[in-house]
Amino acid sequence: MPSVKLKKHAPVNDMTPFVDIAFLILSFFIMATKFKPEEPVEVTTPNSVSSIILPEKDAFMVSVDKDGRIFVSVDNPQFRQLLIENLNTTRSLGLTPAEMKTFVNSASVGVPFNQLKGLLALDPDDPQTERLIKQQSGIPCADSTGGELFFWVRDALNAYAGRKLNLLIKADNYTKYPDFKNILNAFKKNDQNKFLLVTSPEDAPEGTALAVTRQKQITGEK
Amino acid sequence: MASIDTGGGDGHKKGPGVKKAKKLSTTVDMTPMVDLGFLLITFFIFTSTMAQPTAMNLFMPKDVDKPEDQNKVKESGAFTIMLGKQDVVYYYEGLDPTKIQTATFKTIRDEIIRKRQSTNPEDLVVIIKPTEHATYKNTVDMLDEMTINEIKRYAMVDISKVENELINITEAAAGIE
Repeated sequence: MPSVKLKKHAPVNDMTPFVDIAFLILSFFIMATKFKPEEPVEVTTPNSVSSIILPEKDAFMVSVDKDGRIFVSVDNPQFRQLLIENLNTTRSLGLTPAEMKTFVNSASVGVPFNQLKGLLALDPDDPQTERLIKQQSGIPCADSTGGELFFWVRDALNAYAGRKLNLLIKADNYTKYPDFKNILNAFKKNDQNKFLLVTSPEDAPEGTALAVTRQKQITGEK
Repeated sequence: MASIDTGGGDGHKKGPGVKKAKKLSTTVDMTPMVDLGFLLITFFIFTSTMAQPTAMNLFMPKDVDKPEDQNKVKESGAFTIMLGKQDVVYYYEGLDPTKIQTATFKTIRDEIIRKRQSTNPEDLVVIIKPTEHATYKNTVDMLDEMTINEIKRYAMVDISKVENELINITEAAAGIE
C-alpha cells in the first residue's frame, strides 16, 4: 500500500493579528497617559477616606514641601499668561515677553517676587539651570498679612474673574502646621474659605460609621 | 510559534544538473517583540490608573470681628482635640482645658465614638486645635477622623495660650521632646 508521507511541520501559529492588537493597545496607553508635570518639589500627600476626584481643570494649586517652601502652579496655560501679566503690572516686576513665556511654559514657581525675573531669565540649556530650579526658596508667606502669596492668590482670582477657581492645597506629610496655616491665611485675606486638600485615597476603616454608611449605599439599603 | 513563513518548501523538481539554490529561511521569531510589547502595556496600565489623587474638602469659617457673632458651643457637647508633638493627641470634654487627657491617633477614635454616643447629636461639636508642632499629616488625619466618624459639626481653631501651656506641662511630664 502506498503510504502518503506527510512532511512534519512545526505547528505554525500566525501571531500577526495578535501582535497588531497588542501594539494598538500599547499605543493607546502611551497616548492616553498623561505624565505628571515635573515639579521642583517632592510632596508625599497624606491619605484620606475622601472619594472626591481631584479636579484637573481650573485649578490653582499651592504646594508645600516638608521644609515649608511654597510653590504655585496653575493648570491652564492661557490662565498662566493672564496671571503673569497681572502680576507684572501690579507688582511692577519688569518682565520681558520672553520671560513671561518661560513662566507660561514652566510647571510651577516658588520664588519671592524680587527673584522671579532672575528665575525666568535662566537659560534652559545651561546645566546649572536644573539645579537652580530645584533650589527655589519658596514664596514668602510667613506673616499674618499672607505675605507674597496673598498677591499671587489675588491676581489669580482677578485673572479668573467670574469663573469658579478650584483652590488646591497640596502639602507634604511632614509639613508643619504653622506653614499650612499661613497658606490658609493668605487665602482668607482674599475672602476664600473653601479649599480642596490633595490627598491619596484610602479605605474607610472597618466598623466605623462611615464604613457602615458606605456599605449601605453599596447594598442599596436605606 | 510566531512566524511568517514564506519559504516555499519543496517545490517541483528542476531539471537535472540544476543546482538548487539553498533557500534562506525568512521566518522571523516575533516572540521577544511581543514580550516587550506586553511588558510596556502592563507598565502603562499600572502607571496610568493607580495614581489618581483625591481631594478633601476644607471649609474654613470667615473671620469674625465681634466675638458675639461666633457660634456658641454648649459645654455638654464640646469635645476639644489638640494635636501635639510626636503624633500625640490631647483631648478634653466640655470647656475646661485642665481636664486634659492624652491619647494617640489609634485610641482617639474610640473616644470620639464614645463622646458621639453619649451626647445629643445636635449639641456635639468637635474642635480641632493643632499646636505649632503638629504636622500637616496630623491635621489631615484628624479632619479625616471627623469624616470617618460622621461628625457633622467640627471646626479647626487656633490653640489658646492656656491650652498650649497645659500641653507643654503634660509633654514635659511625659518626657516627649
